Amino acid sequence: MKFTLGWLKEHLDTKIQDTGLIEKLTDIGLEVESFENLNSDLDNFIVAKIINAEQHPNADRLRVCDVDIGQENNVKVVCGAPNAKKDLLTVYAGPGSIIPKNNMKLAISKIRGVTSYGMLCSESELNLSDESEGITELKTTKYSDKIGENFFKNKSEKVVDLSITPNRPDCLGVRGIARDLAAAGAGKLKNISNKNIKKNGSQKIKVSIKKEENQGCTVFGSCLITGVTNKESPKWLKEKIISLGQKPISAIVDITNYVMLDLNRPLHAYDADKIDREIIVRNSKKGETFKALDNKEYKLGDDMCVISDKSGVLGLGGVIGGTRSGTEINTKNILLESAYFIPRSIRKTSKLLNIDTDAKFRFERGIDPRSIELGLSKAAELISEICGGKISNFDIQKTDKYEKKKIKFKVSLFEKITGFKINDNEIVKILTELGFEVSKKKLELDLKIPTWRPDIIQPIDIVEEIVRIKGYNNIETLEPEKTKINDTLNKQQKLFHFLQRSVASKGYFETVTWSFTDSKINNLFKENLEEIKIVNPISSDLDVLRNSIFTNLTFYLKKNLDRGFKDISLFEIGPIFKNSKPGEQLTVIGAIKSGKVSRLNWNEKERPVDVFDVKKDAIQTLVEAGYDKKRFFIRDNSPSYYHPGKAGSVYLDKDDIEPVAYFGDIHPNIVKKLDIKTEGLVGFEIYLDHLKENKIKLKDQKPNFEYSDYQKSERDFAFIVDKNFKAQDIIEIISSIDPNLIRSIKIFDIYEGDNIPDGKKSIALNVTIQSSEKTLEESDLEKINKLIISTVETKSGAKIRS
Amino acid sequence: MSDIKKIKDEYLNKLDSNLNIESLNKIKTELFGKNGQISNSFKTLVSLPNDERKKFASDLNSIKDELQKKINSKLKEIEIKEINSKLENEKVDVTLPEREINQGKIHPVSQVIDEISSIFSEIGFSVEEGPDIENENYNFTALNTPDNHPARDMHDTFYLDNKKELLLRTHTSPVQIRTMLNGKPPFKIIAPGRTYRSDSDQTHSPMFHQVEGLHIDKDINMGHLKGCLNYFIKSFFEVKKIKMRFRPSHFPFTEPSAEVDIGYEMKDGKIVIGEGDKWLEILGCGMVHPNVLKNVKVNPDKYQGYAFGIGIDRLGMLKYGINDLRAFFETDYRWLNHFGFDPLDVPSNYRGLSR
Repeated sequence: MKFTLGWLKEHLDTKIQDTGLIEKLTDIGLEVESFENLNSDLDNFIVAKIINAEQHPNADRLRVCDVDIGQENNVKVVCGAPNAKKDLLTVYAGPGSIIPKNNMKLAISKIRGVTSYGMLCSESELNLSDESEGITELKTTKYSDKIGENFFKNKSEKVVDLSITPNRPDCLGVRGIARDLAAAGAGKLKNISNKNIKKNGSQKIKVSIKKEENQGCTVFGSCLITGVTNKESPKWLKEKIISLGQKPISAIVDITNYVMLDLNRPLHAYDADKIDREIIVRNSKKGETFKALDNKEYKLGDDMCVISDKSGVLGLGGVIGGTRSGTEINTKNILLESAYFIPRSIRKTSKLLNIDTDAKFRFERGIDPRSIELGLSKAAELISEICGGKISNFDIQKTDKYEKKKIKFKVSLFEKITGFKINDNEIVKILTELGFEVSKKKLELDLKIPTWRPDIIQPIDIVEEIVRIKGYNNIETLEPEKTKINDTLNKQQKLFHFLQRSVASKGYFETVTWSFTDSKINNLFKENLEEIKIVNPISSDLDVLRNSIFTNLTFYLKKNLDRGFKDISLFEIGPIFKNSKPGEQLTVIGAIKSGKVSRLNWNEKERPVDVFDVKKDAIQTLVEAGYDKKRFFIRDNSPSYYHPGKAGSVYLDKDDIEPVAYFGDIHPNIVKKLDIKTEGLVGFEIYLDHLKENKIKLKDQKPNFEYSDYQKSERDFAFIVDKNFKAQDIIEIISSIDPNLIRSIKIFDIYEGDNIPDGKKSIALNVTIQSSEKTLEESDLEKINKLIISTVETKSGAKIRS
Repeated sequence: MSDIKKIKDEYLNKLDSNLNIESLNKIKTELFGKNGQISNSFKTLVSLPNDERKKFASDLNSIKDELQKKINSKLKEIEIKEINSKLENEKVDVTLPEREINQGKIHPVSQVIDEISSIFSEIGFSVEEGPDIENENYNFTALNTPDNHPARDMHDTFYLDNKKELLLRTHTSPVQIRTMLNGKPPFKIIAPGRTYRSDSDQTHSPMFHQVEGLHIDKDINMGHLKGCLNYFIKSFFEVKKIKMRFRPSHFPFTEPSAEVDIGYEMKDGKIVIGEGDKWLEILGCGMVHPNVLKNVKVNPDKYQGYAFGIGIDRLGMLKYGINDLRAFFETDYRWLNHFGFDPLDVPSNYRGLSR
């Protein structure tokens, strides 16, 4: 909402300085977005005097003028106007100015060999009139002492831009703002001068509001003004319109706009001669069309509120008028409309048709339904003043009386909510000045709500009114009380934070990427999850919600590779989506690693990252989070976006159905499809929702501390097994032989090739044997040795390598 | 006697010269070997008369001890020398780079969320979460923002169906609704998380983070709201004093509503929070609207309290001098490295929020 302080003061009698008013506005909830010269372009137009005008040496029709612009030196301007004569007072525009008529920016230029510094403007160029024959001629009486001053006087007046919250339609008019300021002690609200305008005869065009379900109009007021001469607006009105950054059109249109901005009372003027017999306010029928003032043809649906005549739709009530009945410069007779439209209906219609107008914006928020006549009076008066014409009596059709709503307000509620007290008289004063009718009972106030405040419905709204006007700075700052109701984090949240830092501690950079992604990439990772399309995506390559963290990780990994990085470790912890229902999401860690380990290292051999790098990180992260590694079980199944032979899944327990993690090489086809150029690309994922909550705390899970000081022995074995035989199984076989003796098993070599039959491999293990009861004799060791060999051979079909 | 004294003197002399391990062993043999001079002298003992034997034996033993001691000390000396010369050859250039360690980083948003949780934990709040996909009821209607309410236009919403029933939550406020529907008052929660609006430019990003706060009890008023936010902002920016301004505003789900500005000044092109005469808007808040309480079956005549919503990314930008919001989500390795935090740097109240 834009306005000038001068305009504000037409409604507010105040002695407060501008900066004080600006502060006050913010203090009472009318946030000042800016307070500046809105259109500084117009500051470049200066009252000037032609000191001398000579014939241009190279052009008959041009003159070279010496122009006094109120500065030390005169400027030279080349001018083609026949009336550019010595001593003429006119309007000068310097280089850099933008000419209002054609938005042309002036530059210093040579015209037929003579340099011209700026331009002398015609009225037409300044949008003041259609006069384009010569340059503007200013009256000596008025302007002779104004040389060098801005021509557009109000231009130097600063424009206030307020950001009005949707609950305050009343402040979409200057008067509403003045009323709020007055209530807050910033002055006195002036009365609206009630000039008795002369009204003659009845309004001859019949108006009816059709009784229909969902009728969007409840009041339709109108009057006829006959015999007008539409013209350009007078300067004061033009300047008002221009000061708000709008374009003056014609007196009639400008006046309706002015009344709207002044009182927040939208009006519409029809060319009465274009109305076919009568006005019918009714619901539209599907398929009806009309051409609106924005020059677009709209096809209407059912039940939109239209203003129509016998020939069809004239306009969408409260949203936009139509071209068929629009006023023009030669309009002679006007029908002026001042109506009330129901916000819900306005909102529905404008949403469906995607129309946004000033009127719509206001009606949607709620116009004062009792401002019908005020609007008609003010506009009719101005029109007859400026354009002449006779005003008819007002015709008011209404289906609702809009009595003021009543509320009982318990005064104690104020302190209960705000924590501080103010006396009842002050409350009454504030509310009265805001326009409430207050009658004081013992502990209660009976209030009648002003009809321009549709936002006030219940007692809490009254609390806000009082505290807002009284000032939020009166609210005390109380020490926070520290009572805790629940633990700060639940177990799952603790796990989240722990895992996040655990993964980062393994050399991964945490990233945060969009929850949405490119469906083309998502398809590579979505497996059997549902694709979730966004109806209105921000761009076509962010069109679905991600089914996997890898979609964005691979995308950004590639971007970083393109930046010249090679060995990259990235992870993200966040949601992936199973379908579009709330809550059908999983929290997942996705981590990805590219390039080499020990690249360009002086003492270690470099190698591409591989599946065992990410397996280590995944397993260690789980171990750090408190899960028992001894129970982990690895399977070689994995989602299809992993390399089928170089990936696996981790189960917390052999019997678990769902894996808690996947790890492995990313499938080479995907690497190729995404055009990722790197020596190795591996990744892992941990599914937080699949991690079983430990029912008992970690501290209570630890077994008793037991240890053995008896001598340890180590024995090495090498078994020849089928190539596909899994190391995990052989370890499981050996460790289950005698858990009391076999303390640890290490695989120290895997070998295929010479001396090993085709389709076989050799697994070499080191087994540590120790008893907790005695030092083992050679014979005991021999026994367990034999047992290990025989058990492995029978259970796995392996052969001990001799 | 004179013989053995001569031997002693001769060998002590020899042992004083510069010897290596071989020559020392040779001397040992010459003295104590099978036919060594000292060994042989002991053999002569038996042939001596009784009265001389005792004295000779005693002299011989002390000479033997003296020589042996000398040999041992010489041996140690040689060993040390040899180790030293060996170590001299083993010297490496310790200025060569150490073995690689890969330094990981925590994203600023995560760090700031941990900081926020730590601060609110101290004054009794617990953390709640809600889904990113919401229905329009929890995101709007239950929050006193019915379909025909123009405030809906202030949120550019991503929809997941044409009926506009499923959407990406535009704020963390639906967590209020979920929390209150699933529990009984009092409520004292914060809810950090991802939020979405279909808006994208220099200062807007289609995804961003908010933290919601909610405190409902029998007599929580606007003074408590002010106190809580004052405490939070001071703690978060780690300053002793803060200038804070409550401005009336409007949110459908709170009444009265306020926006909160904090004072700042520019020093060397950087924002300094706390003093100064400029204002920066950082959050929205208010007393939970009675309609919202009714919607979640909490009696507004018995319970009341406040709610607030803060932009997490923006807080992080202010605290850590990050200029561009969009960079948070662009995964530039250089940016993550520059603005990221060490994973061991866990914000906590007793160790301080930031190092």
